[in-house]
Amino acid sequence: MPWSDPLTEAERQFTICNACRYCEGHCAVFPAMELRRTFSKGDLGYLANLCHDCRACYHHCQYAPPHEFAVNLPRVLSQLRTDTYIECAWPRAFAQAFRENGVVTAMAVVFALVLFIMAAMFFVDGAVLYAAHTGEGAFYQVISHEVMVWTFGAAFGYALFAMAMGYLRFRRITGDRGGGLPSAARAGHDAARLTYLHGGGTGCTYPGEAPTPWRRWFHHMTAYGFLLCFAATSVATVYHYVFGWIAPYGWTSWPVILGTLGGIGLIVGPAGLLALHHQAMAAARKEPDDGPEDPDRMALDTGFAALLIATSATGLALLLLRETAAMGMLLVVHLGIVMALFVTLPYGKFVHGLYRFAALKRHAREQAAAQAPGMREE
Amino acid sequence: MSHPDLPQGPIDVLVAGGGNAGVSAAINAAEAGCRVVLVEAAPRHMRGGNTRHTRNLRVMHAAPKGVLTGAYPEDEYFEDLMRVTGGETDERLARLTIHDSEAAMDWLIAHGVGFQPALGGTLHLSHTNAFFLGGGKALTNALYRAAEAAGVTVLYDTSVNRIAIEEGRFTRARIVDAKTSTRIEARVLVAAAGGFEANIDWLKEYWGEAAENFRIRGTPFNTGGVLRALLNQGAQAVGDPKQCHAVAIDGRAPKFDGGIATRLDSVPFGIVVNKEGQRFYDEGEDFWPKRYAIWGRLVAAEPDQVAYSIIDAKAAEDFMPSMFEPVQADTIEGLAQRLGLDAGTLAETVAKYNAAVRPGTFDGQALDDCATEGLDPPKSHWARTIDEPPYSAYSLRPGITFTYLGVKVDEDARMIMADGAPAKNVFAAGEIMAGNVLGKGYLAGIGMTIGSVFGQIAGREAARYALE
Repeated sequence: MPWSDPLTEAERQFTICNACRYCEGHCAVFPAMELRRTFSKGDLGYLANLCHDCRACYHHCQYAPPHEFAVNLPRVLSQLRTDTYIECAWPRAFAQAFRENGVVTAMAVVFALVLFIMAAMFFVDGAVLYAAHTGEGAFYQVISHEVMVWTFGAAFGYALFAMAMGYLRFRRITGDRGGGLPSAARAGHDAARLTYLHGGGTGCTYPGEAPTPWRRWFHHMTAYGFLLCFAATSVATVYHYVFGWIAPYGWTSWPVILGTLGGIGLIVGPAGLLALHHQAMAAARKEPDDGPEDPDRMALDTGFAALLIATSATGLALLLLRETAAMGMLLVVHLGIVMALFVTLPYGKFVHGLYRFAALKRHAREQAAAQAPGMREE
Repeated sequence: MSHPDLPQGPIDVLVAGGGNAGVSAAINAAEAGCRVVLVEAAPRHMRGGNTRHTRNLRVMHAAPKGVLTGAYPEDEYFEDLMRVTGGETDERLARLTIHDSEAAMDWLIAHGVGFQPALGGTLHLSHTNAFFLGGGKALTNALYRAAEAAGVTVLYDTSVNRIAIEEGRFTRARIVDAKTSTRIEARVLVAAAGGFEANIDWLKEYWGEAAENFRIRGTPFNTGGVLRALLNQGAQAVGDPKQCHAVAIDGRAPKFDGGIATRLDSVPFGIVVNKEGQRFYDEGEDFWPKRYAIWGRLVAAEPDQVAYSIIDAKAAEDFMPSMFEPVQADTIEGLAQRLGLDAGTLAETVAKYNAAVRPGTFDGQALDDCATEGLDPPKSHWARTIDEPPYSAYSLRPGITFTYLGVKVDEDARMIMADGAPAKNVFAAGEIMAGNVLGKGYLAGIGMTIGSVFGQIAGREAARYALE
């Protein structure tokens, strides 16, 4: 049951929280709230994206429903976050993708796979596609390096551009005036450590009432797994263009080591997050009105997590079977999944990182200003 | 029909009440090897009594300790207690509370409770009080998890409504929930069911019909049933039965359970009038944290137990924000109308006050030199003219935090009978015996310290008796 006007509801709840403040040790949202007495739409968009959804403030709230004050910040802020994703989507016509995230993700996967497999069958000789290839340039016997670079470069470039437009729009609608390098460094530190997905020190009250470290660890595995895979690709690019070393690379080469470690992270991390999500949703269905999560909300995280697992699983399979006749089809399937991942990046869960970073940066700047001598009254 | 969740077999320790004191006692007894049943009157989501609304523990410490800055030596702590109680304390029990407070904090940490530095707005407490990370409900959740891990059986929505004590020995009790009423026996009873502040009829015995207009800041479940049962069974009473801790809170607070968010800090920055539009006390006598408890009583003495704090635009941001919107108007007369007060009288009260304000330098953080001259009652500090619209008003009601009446205990938390002899197997902890230490007044965080120290002792001593 979503609130018909989450902005009004969030403002109502923050007005109660600002008179209580018991939760200020849990995360960044409450210290940011305390700098304000009123909450504009921009403020609420900022606070919603500063929230890491650890849910400590719900489980520790003396006013959580069924109390008549009905304070349930994780739930209303989650709704507001999705609303900001939709509002910041570029181009605007694609905003609908957030509302139908599961369908869009599934369709992207199916469409990309069909396209890639059909293209492979049409353009690649069957004798080549189903043969074992070894040695330098083995992959490029199936799909040429130029085709890969251009298609994936274009898709990734598009995703980056769309997300950059979203980032700028987010800053504009939340009234963020930007911040210097120190704020960005602080935000980077807080994002890298997930400082605020920790309940203030005891752990995250997710998927239930007892604090646990698991969500943070699984998120670390996912995020660092993603970065390691990205690093593997980057190193391989340098090998290719700078040193002229052509893939596939040996088992102990940097691209393979980084990619393997990242790939494992990208399976264990998202799988763990999905398992926790499953438990959280089971709990949410027991308390459909009063719980910290709306059981009917669209789940942005499941489609994205599944796609990451598929990307990694096909990548690792390709690595293991790269010297067999299965390589050709595995490569085509892996590339199809990666293409689906790239084109859906700006329209799914991935964008939370962008807006979270913008919010953390603003928070770092605000707190630095508030703690300057003479600024903080209390 | 007997209670469906009661475990089979004999019960060693029956704990009545599931706040900080009761759960702490249950944990200690269960960890010592006892079979413990804890009876909590509230449903699960409201468990924890007034602990749910607390936020800190006052802790003695010789050197910086965890989140606590500086030192808070025993003598300073004891002097603070003597000052607020005017000496109405049992010195042995007070010193025991102070002494054991440090170990009590360590015990809480060992049982999963997190602490954080003093909250913004309460930084003056950073060297005396350790704040619970996430507040009292976070502590409550952590302790219940520890209790379940230790094997305590918790019965929610269940209260103890009859207790039999024969010749100083507890023999049996009756526990009731919505459907069942069960007579149970246990080797030991730990009484930790709080005071009677949520029992309006009981409050009326001392306050008359005025009690109908009180707001009860904490749990609606502290109706004093266990306290009354113990007194009826011959326990020795302690603490003034007529007194309760009453602070001034926003009049729009719910009847029960409004907690901290309903507090209102605007009083020192404007004037306060009763429903007749007249001032009745010096609003600027001292800092609000030192005065809000006096104002509960003051408002209770005014007609219909209501008053209005009135400020102008200058003061709108001088205090911690309220959860309630003020009533606003561009003229004093308009404000009076909205409040249902006589416009002429209120305008005259404000005009008289404004005329008496003498120039000074306003400083909300200090006892400044802004005062009135020739006004009765005076306003000693923070007196500025009320002349800048929009004008804002917040209504005030007495908010009852807790009552002082309790049962007398000794250093083992053992309940003392009216004849002065200790009961053999009845222990008391928390608000139900806090009057032993805090006979009057209030010291931030001491209620939780008493609950923790005596709850932990009661559990330990209950186990010692039960397992003998």
